[in-house]
Amino acid sequence: MSFINYMAREINCKIVYYGPGLCGKTTNLQYIYERTNPEAKGKMISLATETERTLFFDFLPLSLGEIRGFKTRFHLYTVPGQVFYDASRKLILKGVDGVVFVADSQIGRIEANIESLENLRTNLAEQGYALDKLPYVVQYNKRDLPEIASVEELRQLLNPTQVPDFEGVARTGIGVFDTLKAVAKLVLTELKRGG
Amino acid sequence: MGDPQMVMYEEEFNQIQTVVDRLLKEANSKVVFIVDKNGQLIAASGEIDNLDTTSLASLTAGNIAATGGMAKLLKENEFATQFHEGENANIHIQLVGNRVILVVIFDSKSSLGLVRLRVKRACDELNVIFEALLRKVNTPGRDSPFAEITDEDIDNLFND
Repeated sequence: MSFINYMAREINCKIVYYGPGLCGKTTNLQYIYERTNPEAKGKMISLATETERTLFFDFLPLSLGEIRGFKTRFHLYTVPGQVFYDASRKLILKGVDGVVFVADSQIGRIEANIESLENLRTNLAEQGYALDKLPYVVQYNKRDLPEIASVEELRQLLNPTQVPDFEGVARTGIGVFDTLKAVAKLVLTELKRGG
Repeated sequence: MGDPQMVMYEEEFNQIQTVVDRLLKEANSKVVFIVDKNGQLIAASGEIDNLDTTSLASLTAGNIAATGGMAKLLKENEFATQFHEGENANIHIQLVGNRVILVVIFDSKSSLGLVRLRVKRACDELNVIFEALLRKVNTPGRDSPFAEITDEDIDNLFND
């Protein structure tokens, strides 16, 4: 849940990047970190294994500017994508305000995407959330690779409710900020509605 | 859905800050801060100028979340207290009312016994403040300050 601090005149929101292992969640955050002005970002923290696989989470605090005198701050988190880290994924979803599902466009990863999306729904439900009621966007990542599924096919499988979706190449930054902006907008719109 | 909205008003913030400032002195500690369970920093006191409190807040919440997960597996309600001992700095982490986390960082000028004793009293006081805050937040008729923002306000935020 967002945190409204009248004293500091700040609003803090939590966005979680979800998706199967090696889909590019951490890469999204790294690109955002590299391309954001120093005054608008905090330190990026990655709790990763020696082989740079996310072990617990990545964390990046961002300031987006002011709305009506309130500073808007977003805390971006990634979950560990590997299947056996499910207990950690559940913890990171606590208090979430918006979700980005990063899908791996490669044909060989279609099953992994579907499984991860199912896992997201289940884990959110355990925390008392419904994915369809949360600010939620989808990114089809790795569009630069060969052997990828068409966007239409991915959309049909992973985005039947037609939330905002974006093609991405997180490594070079394509679609990264479009995705972030879209989910941040949805989160703020939800706040406006008193969510 | 999920936890209730966390809101902080000036009155309660000042009360919390008073408790935190006093704990800092009475426990002979270097830094005291309070974080909510989602990792948002609520209040801090002490030598924080060169400290990345945002990251510390997030990691503290992650730590408490992981420990809470372990507790659940052992059919425990929570592990409310944690202590990490370093060569120079030590961290005492205390869950307050299952809602916020009180963190005390101290060195050899203090001791675990003193910190525990002072934290216990601060916890009781914080519990009262946060319960009152929660009641206030849940009072009907309190509109979100964001109820009146327009789509244009939101769009303007993203005009680079």
